[in-house]
Order: sequence, then C-alpha cells, then structure tokens
Amino acid sequence: MSEFGYWAERYRKNLISRREFLGRSAALAAAAGLGNIAVPSVLMAQAQQPKKGGFARFGMSDASQNDTLDPGTWPASFAQVAFNGSLCNNLTEMASDGSIQGDLAESFEPTDGAKKWVFTLRNGVTFHDGKSLTPEDVRESFRYHMGEKSTSGAKAILGQVENVEVDGKDKVVFTLKGGSADFPYLVADYHLSIMQAKPEGGIDWQKGVGTGSFILEDFQPGVSVKMTRNPNYHKDNKPYFDEIELVAIMDAMARGNAFTTGEVEFINDLDLKTIPLIERNANLAVLRIPSLRHFTFDMDTSVEPFNNPDVRTALKYAIDRDEMIRKIFLGEGTKGNDTPVASAMPYYKNPTPQHDYNIDKAKEHLAKAGMTSLNIDLSVAEAAFPGAIDAAVLFKEQAAKAGININVVREADDGYWENVWLKKPFSGVDWYGRATCDWLFSTVLAEDAPWNSTHWKNPRFNELLLAARPETDEQKRGEMYAEMQQIIHDDGGMLTVSFVNWTYGISKKVGHNEIGGIFPCDNLRMTERWWMNEA
Amino acid sequence: MKSAYSPIFRLIAGRLALGILSLVIVSLVIFLAVSMLPGDFATATLGRSATPETVAAFRERLGLDLPWYLRYFAWLGHAIAGDFGQSFSGRPVGQIIGPRLLNTLYLAALTALVAVPLAVGLGIVAALYRNRLPDRMLSAASLASISVPDFFFAYVLMLLLAINLGLFPTLASIRPSMGWDDKLYRMALPVLTLTLVILAHMMRNTRAAIISIMSRPFIEMAKLKGESPFSIVVHHALPNAIGPIASVVAINLAYLVAGVVVIEVVFVYPGIGQTMVDAVRNRDIPVIQACALIFSVTYILLNMIADIVSIVSNPRLLHAR
Repeated sequence: MSEFGYWAERYRKNLISRREFLGRSAALAAAAGLGNIAVPSVLMAQAQQPKKGGFARFGMSDASQNDTLDPGTWPASFAQVAFNGSLCNNLTEMASDGSIQGDLAESFEPTDGAKKWVFTLRNGVTFHDGKSLTPEDVRESFRYHMGEKSTSGAKAILGQVENVEVDGKDKVVFTLKGGSADFPYLVADYHLSIMQAKPEGGIDWQKGVGTGSFILEDFQPGVSVKMTRNPNYHKDNKPYFDEIELVAIMDAMARGNAFTTGEVEFINDLDLKTIPLIERNANLAVLRIPSLRHFTFDMDTSVEPFNNPDVRTALKYAIDRDEMIRKIFLGEGTKGNDTPVASAMPYYKNPTPQHDYNIDKAKEHLAKAGMTSLNIDLSVAEAAFPGAIDAAVLFKEQAAKAGININVVREADDGYWENVWLKKPFSGVDWYGRATCDWLFSTVLAEDAPWNSTHWKNPRFNELLLAARPETDEQKRGEMYAEMQQIIHDDGGMLTVSFVNWTYGISKKVGHNEIGGIFPCDNLRMTERWWMNEA
Repeated sequence: MKSAYSPIFRLIAGRLALGILSLVIVSLVIFLAVSMLPGDFATATLGRSATPETVAAFRERLGLDLPWYLRYFAWLGHAIAGDFGQSFSGRPVGQIIGPRLLNTLYLAALTALVAVPLAVGLGIVAALYRNRLPDRMLSAASLASISVPDFFFAYVLMLLLAINLGLFPTLASIRPSMGWDDKLYRMALPVLTLTLVILAHMMRNTRAAIISIMSRPFIEMAKLKGESPFSIVVHHALPNAIGPIASVVAINLAYLVAGVVVIEVVFVYPGIGQTMVDAVRNRDIPVIQACALIFSVTYILLNMIADIVSIVSNPRLLHAR
C-alpha cells in the first residue's frame, strides 16, 4: 500500500481526522513534487459542492407519541431536529466547529461587563406564513420559558435573565443578573426557538410556523414529520434538500434494516454490533462524532484517602483507558484525560501530559503519599453508565499491578443517583456534558455546584471561574479556561475514562461538511446543512 | 311465526347482557391492575429532579391522590361517553389513540380480507381431499407455521422479499397524507406476515369442523342422493360448520387488533399496540387504560358477534318446526 493509501485507509477508519488527513496528503504531494496530484476519491467526497434537490429521510430512535410543537418540551433529538433545527431558528447558531454565530440576530454586543446583551435582528426575515420577524416575537419567545409558572426545560438556563426588552424596530436587550460572556451560547439552546408572538402576549406555537429552513407539511407524533423546503430562507442557498422526512424507528434492528435497504438515508443511535456490517457496504458509512457525554469514576476529594492529591494522581496512572475502550466500548469512544471538557467545546484545550497507564508513575505517586499499597471501594452499577461494572472489574485488575486494591461494590440500579452518586466516596458516573466551559464548571466543579460529585474546592480554579465568566476578551478567556483545564487534570478528582461518540449511519448519497457534536445531528442543523450528491 | 323467532331473540339478548357484564368486570380489572403498576408517572417524568414536594404537586394536579373507587367511576363514566380524558402529557387520549386505532383496524381489515377467504377455501380443499396429498401438504405446512413465532416469519419475509429481492419496503410507517396505493405497498409485508400467522389456525379449524359434519347422517343422505363431493361440502356441510368457523375467525380478528405489537415493532407500523407499550414505559395511565379497554371491547364484541352468527346460522334454529 502506498503511503497515501495508508493515510486514506486510516482516515476512512476514522483513526485520524479529516484535517490531519488533508495535511498528510498535501505534504505527500509536496514531497513528491507533484503539482497536479490526481484528487483521491476520499477527498472528492469531502470537497464536493452542495447540490440542491432530493428527498432525504432520517430514521430517528427517540420520537414519542407525546411529542408536541411546544418549545418548552422537545425531550429528544427527533423533536429537536424537526422543530428547532428545521422549523425554527434561534438568535444565534452553534456552528459545526462549536463556535457561535448570529442566526436571526445579525450581531450581538455585550455592555456593562457582559451584564447587558443587545441583539440586532437580521433584516427581512419572514415566517412561513409571510409575516415579518419583529423584536416582539423574540421577546415573547423568551418570556414563554421564564416566570414562576413555567414548566419549560429552558427555565433554569434563563434563570440568570432579569429582563428582556424590545428596543426600537430591530433590537432586543437582555439584562442579566450577573455578567456572562457565554450568553450568546445559551440563546442557541433548542428550547429558545423564535416563534410568532400573539397580540395579547405569549407565543403561538400551536400553528407550527417558524422562520426555519423547512415548512411543516405533516406531523404525526411518534410516527413521522414531513417537511418541504422554505424558498424564502434567510441563509444563502440553504437548505439544499427539497423535502425531508424524519421517521420514528424505535427498534434498533428495524432501524438498521431500514437503513441497509435504503428506506432512509440516515439513522441515529447505530447498534454498535452492526458497525462492521455497515462498513462492508460500499454505499453506506458510519459517522463517529465526538460528543459531550462522558463516563467517569469520581473520587470524593474531601475524604481519606482521596484528599491526598498524590493518591488521586496514582489512580489516574493506574487505569488503562485504551484497554477499557477496546474491550468494553468495542473501540467506540474517545480517550478521556481527566477533565470533563469535550473536544467539541469552545475553549477546549487538552492538558498535558495525557494520563496513560503507567505502573511506575502510579507507584511513585503512591510512595509520595507515603503508601506502598492502597485499599479502596469503588461503587458501580449498570445504571452508573453502560458497561460500568465491567469497566470497574477491569480497573481492579489494572490497578492491582500498582499495589492498589480496588474492591468493586456492586450497587443497586434502582436509586443509584439518589443513594450512591454524590454520597459514596468513589463511584461511576454518566455525564451528559454542557455546551460551554462556564456552564459545565458551574454545574459540576465549582465549590458550591449542586452536582460537585468530587467535593472539589480548588481556590485558584474557583477564582478563575468567576473571572472568566464576564470576560469578553476571547484570548484572555481562552487562557483562563486552558489553565482551569490543566488544574482539573492535575488536581481534580475525576477519572475520565472515555467520551462517547454519536454514532450515525449515513448513506454515501448524502453530502456534508464537518459535523458538530455539541448537540446531536450536527448541532441539530443537519437538515439545512447537508445535501444530496445524487438523487 | 312468533314462536319461531323468540328463542333466537332470547339467546341474543342473553349474549348481549353477558357481554356487557364481562365488559364491566374487565374494566375494573384493568383499572386495578394499572394502578398496581410499580412506579408512577410523576417520578418517571421528573426523573433525577424529582423531590417529594414536586411529586406530590404533580400527583395532586393529575388527581392521583383521590381514592381509587372515585377515580374508577369517574373514568368509567367518561369512557362510556367516549371521552378517555387527558393523557398525563397533556394531549387528549382520544387524539393520541384515534389515528393509531384506525391504522390498526386498517391493517386488521386488509389482513382479514386476504386471510379469511383463503383459510376457509384451503380448509374446504383439505376436507375434500382428506388424508390425500393436498390435505397432507396443507396440514404439514400449517402445523409448521403454527409452531413458528410471528416475529420469525416477519424477519424471514423481510430478508427474502425486502432485502434479497427488493420487492417491498421494510418500513411500514404510513401516514395519512400518503395515497392509498402507497399505503398498500408499504403494508404488503405486515399483511403477508399476519396472514401466514393466522391462516393455519383458521384453516385447520375449518377443516376439522367440516370433517366432523361429514360423518353426520344428513351427509350420508346427500351422498345417497348422488350429489358431488364438492356440492355436498358447499351446500350441506359448510352451512352447518359456520358456527365453529365464525368463532375461530373472531378470535383471530381480535388477535389482529390487540396482539400484533411485535409485528408493529418489526415493521415500524404505527398501530395501537406500540402506543400501549410506549404508554406503559412512560407510565401514562389514561392511555394504558384506554388501550386495554379497547382491546377487551374488541375481544368481547367479536366473540359476541361470532356467537350470534352461529346462533343465527344454525339451520335448526332458523327453520324451527
């Protein structure tokens, strides 16, 4: 195999990133002195221009007959992709690379130490029924989720908003209770879709009209959503598909069958066992998109023996994450490095060194803590995360070589989150992650965070957290978050085993660029970002 | 004349009364069984954020804090009027179940349209050629198909007809905006699977009923008259066998409405079985109760109709001396 073929193969198997592959192949071409290297087929597939037309069908695992158009609900990706990602827009949009950009808002400016945010609306945006977008629509769409009586899933996020006001013909002003540079990220939450205001206040979500890339044609809860292209969409050329349909297919086997027989071009929640089968099929591909979800073993840093940082570091070196991912997650996962920040997130910076299995270092740190051996209990249940019990047993074998004796305590699945999590000193946890560093740290690592399962109180970390929150200088903020990630890595009590990938099946007929993983399905925007290469 | 019809009317009235009584008993059983389900909607919905106060508030809002007999009578009263109330998710139960029930009835009707005539026809053939080659082949095939679980048929048919030959789609998720031809095309595999599942049972019963009648004296009489075997079966045996055939058909039709959840899942058919399974998973009690009630009404109604058909079709009752 030529060197190019080798890198192409690695890329196809997703062992290297597209960027790395492009770099490697460009370097090869340069080295060979070839001005006009024949464009390899893998590259072609990526470099193709979006085309208009086609009917794309998406098989989704998580529809429910209780789904409604109410933006306060939308519990899973079926409703989120259909009603947020296709029917509506937010003020801002989460781009595929995790950065934030204006959507219905043309621009947004912080003032007053990021306590006040002014969003200027894009000109000439219309709803599907022809009505123009006004700042009142935006105000009512936010107020819908706020207030005492709200049962919306976005109520907590908007808890920091003091007030939403209309300013002139095209501006909306948000006043926050405290400065937050992350606010433009928060308004990209799928609940905060902009819908039409009613004259008497409130929003008219029942009629299923938005500003989005697709117009609702037919919605059968728990069965399917059929939509057609919005010809007046405010983004150039988008969307590309003429029609889309989201089909509810709960059963994994049925989903796989529909995909392999070409009844749908895309499925989510691919059954990991069927991956080799799909990879053998020349017309189909498997997409692995790093997500925010991650599995950890959390140590309570306020109690013996985990209050000793060297014990924590010893354990970080005593776990073989590669073996765990290979044997328990069937190779599907991205190795963790003892921080909860996912690679898809803004300000992600992988701390150094990567914590790998190293018996000598584990022993060394154990000796620093004044110990030659260590006996600890590790509490797990299958409910902790899928494969947690197997992972714990494997960890026990790996750590034993460093003189660390782990006693795996199998807890009951029922009530695991009430009785074990946050209560036992060392336990397995399944985290779904948060879109931004501030949001994530405030939820799980700040000293007063409700879910601070490691009971970790690092003064420097908490100082940085407060300093970074209202900081609007990108670079300063990035430096602070980088330092914080290093602190968590060095001192924290989280043993991050693996980040989980979104695994999708996709037909090679469908074209796409880089795919976002902060929310599922290309940050919920796959219907407007993807296209059909051939009918 | 009066004396000729009164026994039929009396029998039918008796059957109706019994049907209604069993319906009331079944509704009580459903209600009690559902309230004994472990877990509740409040905790299932609130998940990790369930505190005792929010759970209590939730239960109060849904009326779950009232004694069970009050809730039972309120529910039964409304259900009789056709109002199944609000699902716990806020949508009216009728709106959730209605379209799904129609889909299920559509599938059942199509299957019955194919399966019932086929089963009776093949049953007659088997009876005509009793213990000869056609009968033996049909018997072997039907015994084999009775012994195979329905999802196995579903997957075998899917593999052969959809994946290997590409004749039919694997997805049967129909929606109202589709044309009837598109719907029929999508429903081909589920209909075929269900036909195979219920065919054998009905066919064997038809055959047995006709054969048992073939040993009766009046058949002997018909033979002595010189009638052809076909004419004997169709004119003399079949009318007398309608009772048993009707009851086996009724049971199978009821199965088509209430028992095909596995087929629905395999082919992703939006029927009422999946609705009930989803509702159980969400602990959405009004939906569970409504589904269970619809299933029992189906069974009771179809059995009642079968009884009435066999009463009415009994030549000795129709032509009373």
